[in-house]
Amino acid sequence: MPNRTPDRARVKNRAALLRAGFEAAGAAVVEAPVLVSAEALLDLYGEDLRARAYTTFDALRGEQMLRPDFTVPVVQMHMAGGAEPARYTYAGEVFRRQEEDEARANEYLQVGFEIFDGSDPEAADAEVFARLQHAVAPLGLKATTGDIGILMAAVAGLDTTEARKNALRRHIWRPARFKQLLDRYAGRTPQPAGRAALLAQSDPFACAGPEIGLRSRAEVAARLDALRADAAAAPIPAAEVELLEAILKVRETLPFALEQLRDIAVDLRSISGAVERVARRSEALAARGVDVEALEFEAAYGRTHMEYYDGFVFGFVVERRPDLPAVASGGRYDALTRELGRAAGKPEGIPAVGGILRPGLMVELEDGLWA
Amino acid sequence: MGLKLGVPSKGRLMEKTFDWFGARGVTLGRSGSDREYAGRVEGIEGVELVLLSAGEIPRELHAGRIHLGVTGTDLVREKLGQWDQQVEELAELGFGHADLIIAVPQLWVDVETLDDLDAAAALFRRTHGFRLRIATKYHRLVRDYLRSHGVADYQLVDSQGATEGTIKNETAEAVADITSTGETLRANHLKILSDALVLKSQATLFRSRRAALSAEERATLAELIERLDLD
Repeated sequence: MPNRTPDRARVKNRAALLRAGFEAAGAAVVEAPVLVSAEALLDLYGEDLRARAYTTFDALRGEQMLRPDFTVPVVQMHMAGGAEPARYTYAGEVFRRQEEDEARANEYLQVGFEIFDGSDPEAADAEVFARLQHAVAPLGLKATTGDIGILMAAVAGLDTTEARKNALRRHIWRPARFKQLLDRYAGRTPQPAGRAALLAQSDPFACAGPEIGLRSRAEVAARLDALRADAAAAPIPAAEVELLEAILKVRETLPFALEQLRDIAVDLRSISGAVERVARRSEALAARGVDVEALEFEAAYGRTHMEYYDGFVFGFVVERRPDLPAVASGGRYDALTRELGRAAGKPEGIPAVGGILRPGLMVELEDGLWA
Repeated sequence: MGLKLGVPSKGRLMEKTFDWFGARGVTLGRSGSDREYAGRVEGIEGVELVLLSAGEIPRELHAGRIHLGVTGTDLVREKLGQWDQQVEELAELGFGHADLIIAVPQLWVDVETLDDLDAAAALFRRTHGFRLRIATKYHRLVRDYLRSHGVADYQLVDSQGATEGTIKNETAEAVADITSTGETLRANHLKILSDALVLKSQATLFRSRRAALSAEERATLAELIERLDLD
């Protein structure tokens, strides 16, 4: 592989050209440090991130990570002093630990374009998509779009307890666990073994050991109360669960997908607002010259690999090569800015949409390396 | 040169390995004094014994500096990415049994399964403002396991020894560690989650897929495999 990798200078040159294109669209060029505090990233993405990012250490600053992307440093920088509306562009290396596949790059250039502007979110979504599509147009890639906001709205509208909704929301980006919880809340699968017996005990602490560690007896008792409340809650109605599953199956060109979603919204009113956002975005995309009649829409798109994207999502891939990573991808990540905002005194977050390109892959594709 | 066989350099693991080979007509032993880490091999020509720390044997197999090595499955899977492409399991030796498990305080009567652990971690984070800490030295294995089971809001903290004590010392809330009988866990007021067996490990003879073999070494390997009745 290394001898087939295109000349680095060409890739850097391409990255500069792409960034200049976003600059011409009004974006301010920003830089980000290569080493970023591990704490913020780990709090955001959880321990799993350690499998995807390189961690290093010194005795003064503690754990640092080689930036796995620019999104977090750019949002942090903006929150520290940027005014809205704002748009940014950047180009630089990102680092990804690869423990499963040696052929995948562990260091590559990324060019990004981010818009922080809440005045017309669907127009901003459409602009980011259209500009990235234009950049990769000569490569003949397949575009897929989706919208996590629909699933979010469906969960919010379920006829069940707030605790169950929160548990489902917490696992929206972990589909297997989400389904496991949904099946249980719907009464399709039994409660975990031993739970009924535990809740039936007059003194659940009868066989408990001494109080050790930071998690107190009161915290254990509080969760027992929550388990009792959950055991008393009615199952989520089967019809609602079926509608939710129908949403996850929507996979069509955009106009047909919209039609299906509108049909579902008749019975699941809570998603109407989210579906109308898809409709407005479709119009905004068409206004920017995107052929929406041919554009793929998958309601479940981005759920496994785009954590914290909570609205519009998209990716451009080489159709015959599912083994290759996306050449361009992005979406709306308001949820991420709310998480980061909590530490920065801005818990309401900022309306944010953006996308990245991989100039190295683009040059390789042009060279016919992956034909 | 010769076919290099890496064996743990001390303790029960070394003795049991010597016994296992001895029962198959290949005598392994230390040369010289007890303190010298040089080995001797009798009963077959061309095999060289290399005494190493059990924890270093995976790395040496990966680097191809030894052709064969005896160590725990746990260490190979923890230390080698795509371990089955680096080494081949020739034989499980039937000793050194240990389970990598996840344990929590007995006080946590509400936590029996990974599902409970995940829910408790979410509440813990909300109450304490940081992710629930699990002390371990098996970072990769535990992380992969918890990810595949959808557990979130935890963090791994490194513990290279006396791991069971970390909870009492309030440097961790749960542990992921090797246990054979569970005695130490019980003594420290901990219980094992009912569905969290991360890995069942035992002493295993591995062959490096990365070590170069001369024609002579290849012949020695074939003879050894036959002698040990592994084909």
